[in-house]
Amino acid sequence: MTRWRLILAVVVLAGGFAMTASADPTAQQDRYAYTQLPDARQEAKAQALMQELRCLVCQGQSIADSDADLAGDMRAMVRERIAAGESPDRVRRWLIERYGDYVTYDPPFNWRTAPLWLAPLVLLIAGGWLAARTIRRRRR
Amino acid sequence: MIAESGLAALWFAAALALLQVALAGLALRLRNDDMTAAIRPVAMVQGLLCAGAMACLITVFAQSDMSVRLVFENSSAVKPMLYKIAGAWGNHEGSMLLWVTILGLAGAAVALFERQLEQRTLTATLGAQAVIALGFYAFLLFASNPFARLWPPAADGQGLNPLLQDPGLALHPPTLYVGYVGLSVAFSFAVGALVTRDVGPQFARAMRPWVLGAWIFLTLGITAGSYWAYYELGWGGWWFWDPVENASLMPWLAATALLHSVSVLATRDGLRAWTVMLAVVAFSMSMIGTFLVRSGVLTSVHAFAVDPERGTFILVLLALYIGGALALFGARIGTVRQGNTFDLVSREAGLVLNNLLLSVILGIVLIGTLYPLVAQGFGVQLSVGKPFFDKTAGPIALALMLVLAVGPLLRWRRDDAQAVLGRVTIPLGVAILAAVILVLLTPRAGAMPILGLAFAAGLAVASVAPLWRRNLKRTPWFIFGMVLAHLGVAVAVAGMASDSAFTQERLTALRFGETATVGPYDVTLKGVKPVVGENWSAIAGVLIVKRGTDRPFVMEPQQRFFSTPPTTTNESAIVTRWNGQLYTVLGQQNADGRWQVRLWWKPFVTLIWIGGAMIALGGLLALIGHMRRTMKMRRRAREYDEWAEAWL
Repeated sequence: MTRWRLILAVVVLAGGFAMTASADPTAQQDRYAYTQLPDARQEAKAQALMQELRCLVCQGQSIADSDADLAGDMRAMVRERIAAGESPDRVRRWLIERYGDYVTYDPPFNWRTAPLWLAPLVLLIAGGWLAARTIRRRRR
Repeated sequence: MIAESGLAALWFAAALALLQVALAGLALRLRNDDMTAAIRPVAMVQGLLCAGAMACLITVFAQSDMSVRLVFENSSAVKPMLYKIAGAWGNHEGSMLLWVTILGLAGAAVALFERQLEQRTLTATLGAQAVIALGFYAFLLFASNPFARLWPPAADGQGLNPLLQDPGLALHPPTLYVGYVGLSVAFSFAVGALVTRDVGPQFARAMRPWVLGAWIFLTLGITAGSYWAYYELGWGGWWFWDPVENASLMPWLAATALLHSVSVLATRDGLRAWTVMLAVVAFSMSMIGTFLVRSGVLTSVHAFAVDPERGTFILVLLALYIGGALALFGARIGTVRQGNTFDLVSREAGLVLNNLLLSVILGIVLIGTLYPLVAQGFGVQLSVGKPFFDKTAGPIALALMLVLAVGPLLRWRRDDAQAVLGRVTIPLGVAILAAVILVLLTPRAGAMPILGLAFAAGLAVASVAPLWRRNLKRTPWFIFGMVLAHLGVAVAVAGMASDSAFTQERLTALRFGETATVGPYDVTLKGVKPVVGENWSAIAGVLIVKRGTDRPFVMEPQQRFFSTPPTTTNESAIVTRWNGQLYTVLGQQNADGRWQVRLWWKPFVTLIWIGGAMIALGGLLALIGHMRRTMKMRRRAREYDEWAEAWL
């Protein structure tokens, strides 16, 4: 079930890239899949974004750490868009809109992820309360 | 015949484990001395039988006996001998057999060497150990038999995943398993002490070497695994927050907390309930780790086969053990008397804080790892990775470093806040100075890396402070161990922060003769050449590397092709200098004939693994130190006995 969904996502994604890459898909991949942007500041932005995007066909790697073709396509797309002046935030939102939260390692805060994001705080408060209680009781 | 002998040994070992459980139960109930005496030899023979089964499996792998299904599926006759032998645990069944073997040998070692513990507690401990073993024997014999035959025998095997064909395979799994299993022994001690209501310093002293040993191996396993991933995956990353990595990090975090609380219990008789609880948690984490890796709920290079039945089996075992232990804990914890008390400003309070922060980090890693799996159950697909852990666990790790710096400078039981402030002045000054210098020199390094480096500098000074004005000759080894391990944390954090702040990356495509620059190095692609290995062929890029006016040197990263199974791997070429590593990778050839080349200059990245090794070595020093002290005490007691016998 999960696997089918994943395969579907990959097919859709590949299709999407084929369309955006227009006439010659390989040319675009060659340009930016394995090559940095000339502008160092833009490259740094792209790099930071790529670190937090999941390679959809890999085993728990970001697109910045993967040799998979799909990861290469996604890197090329991210660099293209950043070079064209889009903000990393917009690129991320564009990707999430199309491929769901699965594509980002930085899950956006919403009702589905609220328990995840609030858990550290709850743990810290509960633990602190427990420790404080222990120490105070011991002092008496 | 060899395979059948192995299977028979496994069945006998399982039968002995059952006997061991029965003996322990009866001996405790009937207070029968003969039964108590029988437990030790049973545990030892059980361990030997396990080792025999493992030896049989290694033999069939070494002989490439293709009539054994496991060998056919995971090995190949054309493969270096090292990988044939290590390949015995480079698969699901074999790695579970290795788990059980180490478990059996650990039980035998407890039976052979444990002399401090009260007899009844030891009996209960060995009984608990046999209960754990029994579950895993059942798992092996009923759901993952490593010795199953294949008929007719195949001509050649399907080969071992080339990513695993690395010397790392010979070391990484056994090291981690020794760590996991060591925690199972600590767990058995805790269960034994709960059963006989014997939670106290004596129990803590018996348990401590096992916790320390397990922790040393986990530290080594994680450090080595991280370096393996770093050079094998070819993108310069050394930690990916992959669920499988987290599966090894969680037991380590729990073991670190346990290590510190068991010391409080052994030396100050405090934190009794908390220590027992942590022992249960630590073993639970190694079970959850095993479950995550072995059940196939994750796809990863570690999950050799996806089989839901096995996952269910391990999940049931996990629930039984942890549920049982927690039930026992709940039932008996009321009988554990409260230990010694301490003040708000004291070494004990520092250790409580350390335990608290470690547990919170553990909780974050656990939730971050399991959340996507649980969400998937509800039909929600999401990913949790580096950004989440950086944002949540990062700040807590910094706070933990503060505690780590101050804790060892506190006195036991009660300390004066004013005096403590005086003691931390110098480390604090060093940290602030480091932060100011870094902000001035490298304003764009980012807040977290700068904080990390500044904290590391302060921690480095603070961690050696306990040796200040001490007679070094009379200082016990375990103090040196603590100092070295804490210094190792500072070193490792400095490496991590330096890597994320100062790494320079160059991704490019070069024609022969073209040059790219990364950091202080000029790298020229001179050409490519074919290379042939025992079971692979490769294209190697010939890179001429020059730094300023220094003599140039050659680096040869490869693209390696394996035929069984057909796979391509990157073999990065790495050069280590005192101030960092130059990391080079050869990629594919582009349509226009240029070769993709990936270059990284990573200043001081090696400190990460040097720090890891220092932490493990510190643990080893502490272990030896405690053992020396135990031996000395025992010798003194014996001398006194002899003297008393002669004169009284």
